[in-house]
Amino acid sequence: MSFRQTKICLAAEGIELSDINVQRRQFLKTSVGAAAVTIAPGMLLFDMAHGKSEAVSSKIRWGMLIDTAKCVDGCNDCVTACNKENGLAGGLSSGGLSPTGSQWIRKVELKDMRGGRTLSLPMMCQHCENPPCVDVCPTGASFKRADGIVLVDKHLCIGCRYCMMACPYKARSFVHEPLHDQKPDVPRGKGTVESCTMCVHRVDKGQQPACAEACPNKSIMFGNLNDPDSKISKKIRTVASTQVRADLGLNTGIRYQGL
Amino acid sequence: MLKLFASLLVLCCCTTAGATESYRMPKLDIGKGGQCVKDPQWMRINHMHLLLHQRDETVHKGIRDEQYSLKNCIECHASARDNSVIGRADSFCEGCHRYEAVKIDCFECHSGKRRSAWLQKGSN
Repeated sequence: MSFRQTKICLAAEGIELSDINVQRRQFLKTSVGAAAVTIAPGMLLFDMAHGKSEAVSSKIRWGMLIDTAKCVDGCNDCVTACNKENGLAGGLSSGGLSPTGSQWIRKVELKDMRGGRTLSLPMMCQHCENPPCVDVCPTGASFKRADGIVLVDKHLCIGCRYCMMACPYKARSFVHEPLHDQKPDVPRGKGTVESCTMCVHRVDKGQQPACAEACPNKSIMFGNLNDPDSKISKKIRTVASTQVRADLGLNTGIRYQGL
Repeated sequence: MLKLFASLLVLCCCTTAGATESYRMPKLDIGKGGQCVKDPQWMRINHMHLLLHQRDETVHKGIRDEQYSLKNCIECHASARDNSVIGRADSFCEGCHRYEAVKIDCFECHSGKRRSAWLQKGSN
């Protein structure tokens, strides 16, 4: 029976078209309901989870612009904030000064020997686009996240310290001593290499790294280098900034202004 | 006949399971019990797989799903007495791991303390 014939038959049997419309409406209602039920558990799960269930993407590249003119000689607030945030001892141990304490960020004083101009700046992992530490790592522990943050997966790190040799910025530290009472957000352990994580646990929550937040003169600007409308990208477009050891072609995520 | 056999089998399984439950199982000091991810028996067998999977997701991809995070497990299951899942024979993690003689190395790096307690201590 063709479609046309069916139609004629229906008309002949006295079935009103409005009946069909009602049936269709009901069918639509039930299917929409079913769809809502299928979506609802997912939404509930998402509500319950309270975490970030999306992976980071390469649409973002986190970076920093450090204004050396605003960085004050003798100020150590960024280092203190980093130590506090990540539970680093800051070169101290229970028995006094420790020669093996980790440094994730350090203040560097520079002096132009001819002109006499002095500069003060914070130095840490430069979160390179092409990180040498990742190239040399034999276990794949040293890696770059999609959003440009260079990290050590301490589950995989065997503590060979090859990455420490490869890093031109001396940014990485090795944990020599057993640690106790680590911060729940920042797991650290003896026998692994560690460095600035750009406060990845804070960044994933939408916060700024501790050093950028602590700087009293706002000389550390943190933001997304891939977004042309971000504050940091706009500033990089308008002021002269340099990458340390730009000759190595690593394309660092940390840039310095006035160097 | 087949029905009888099946019901006998089910009965046997039940009694065995019951016996395993009661047989010198470690008494744990669970801060807050209840089912969060799956039922306790499933979790006893499989929790390490979830943690292992989640650790890679979190470290490499930045997926911080709280339901499966070690930090979140500790947040509920740490003892109310010392806010910890390790350190005592009846601690949530250590109790079972001592009983099964399986070394846990999570807590060489990760904190075994409840995060909220840690934050409170920091603010004091």
